[in-house]
Amino acid sequence: MPIFTLDGQNIPFEPGQTIMEAAMAAGVYIPHLCWYPEYEPHGSCKLCSVKVNGRLCSACTFPAAEGQEVVLNSEELQQLRLRLTQMLFVEGNHFCPYCEKSGQCELQALGYYVGMTDNHFPHFFPKREIDASHPDVLLDRDRCIFCGLCVRASRDEGKHVFELAGRGIETHLIVNSATGKLGDSELGASDRAAHICPVGAIVVKETAFRVPIGRRKYDHRTIAEMSLEEEAPLVRRRHDAKEEG
Amino acid sequence: MPKKKVRIATTSLAGCFGCHMSFMDIDERLLELAGIADLDRSPLTDIKSCNECDIGLVEGGVCNAENVHVLREFRNSCRILVAIGACAINGGVPALRNRFDLGDCLEEAFITGIGVTDPTVPGDPELPLLLEKVHPVHEVVKIDYSIPGCPPSADTIWTVLTDLIDGNEPDLAYELIRYD
Ligand code: SF4
Ligand code: SF4
Repeated sequence: MPIFTLDGQNIPFEPGQTIMEAAMAAGVYIPHLCWYPEYEPHGSCKLCSVKVNGRLCSACTFPAAEGQEVVLNSEELQQLRLRLTQMLFVEGNHFCPYCEKSGQCELQALGYYVGMTDNHFPHFFPKREIDASHPDVLLDRDRCIFCGLCVRASRDEGKHVFELAGRGIETHLIVNSATGKLGDSELGASDRAAHICPVGAIVVKETAFRVPIGRRKYDHRTIAEMSLEEEAPLVRRRHDAKEEG
Repeated sequence: MPKKKVRIATTSLAGCFGCHMSFMDIDERLLELAGIADLDRSPLTDIKSCNECDIGLVEGGVCNAENVHVLREFRNSCRILVAIGACAINGGVPALRNRFDLGDCLEEAFITGIGVTDPTVPGDPELPLLLEKVHPVHEVVKIDYSIPGCPPSADTIWTVLTDLIDGNEPDLAYELIRYD
């Protein structure tokens, strides 16, 4: 098997794998929010930024190659990841104390992981639209980080309910229905798209606050541990399926 | 010779005093704190303006003109200024009004709201004027350290405070950093 090095550690890879896939399969966590092993990478959150032979690249889209020297945890990159996380917090409206995703949210857990104690930048306090029209699913755009996971999940299950519209600071999540309302879309409560949101932007109604504080996903375990436990096996499975296919 | 005591000031701006309550939850460690620190301006002492202090703890965001004044006074008087709690760090619950027009908020609260009697917007000159928006404290003055949480746990507050008193960079274990 060909290998590259990640912070000096040898990482074997199958040709065609990205740096992210190879690292995760080898049990090395690379921070990410918009990547999920079962979907095409989106490359937008930039938290997986690594230096490949000295050049800044997104590990989720960059193909692994023999002999690459990849740096993940330099002081510079850790600082970059902290600032990116803070930017995600200030560009939306994230009030964790009364968010139903708190304790189970990947953005919040990433904040803990990168040691974020403040938001550094001035807050935008943007005005975004909340859509409560669906009987089973709530869309709270205040917490959307534009990761595009709901877009990909819905597309892959043949429904195309969500799309990201606009560019840069104008980016916003739109819903595919005559009224633009979630209640008039084809989204079902059991769709993957209703459950894939890493933050509290798409939440299934009547499920909030069921898990008590102290027993929530990230109360005692880091996003790195949880990601390696839950996502790394999916990378391996996806790869095995490709081999057979 | 006994070590010189550190001077600590605390205040609550647009907050709910929950962070101060959590601070009190250090329980018997309050005695230890009393041995190494003196309290300057604080809701616990009722001193009205801040003297030269080593550490200032600020709870709550900035929602009116008086908050701005107190916060600047703290920055001028405290060598190390610490933002404590969600409201100080990102505006918190009071910042919910940021998506509305201030005039509409006052009208809803004092004129058209349910159960309002004698509908008038309070205008006593003693009342501090509200700002157009609620701001986190770091948007108004330089903040040296922040303790997240709503409120931060007593252990979190104690860890940061004692680290700072000892002259160390605060070092919080995973479970002590919480945003809720
Ligand atoms: S989505 Fe996550 S980061 Fe945003 S308010 Fe909710 S718990 Fe906090
Ligand atoms: S709603 Fe959730 S899954 Fe969809 S783009 Fe926003 S953050 Fe991502």
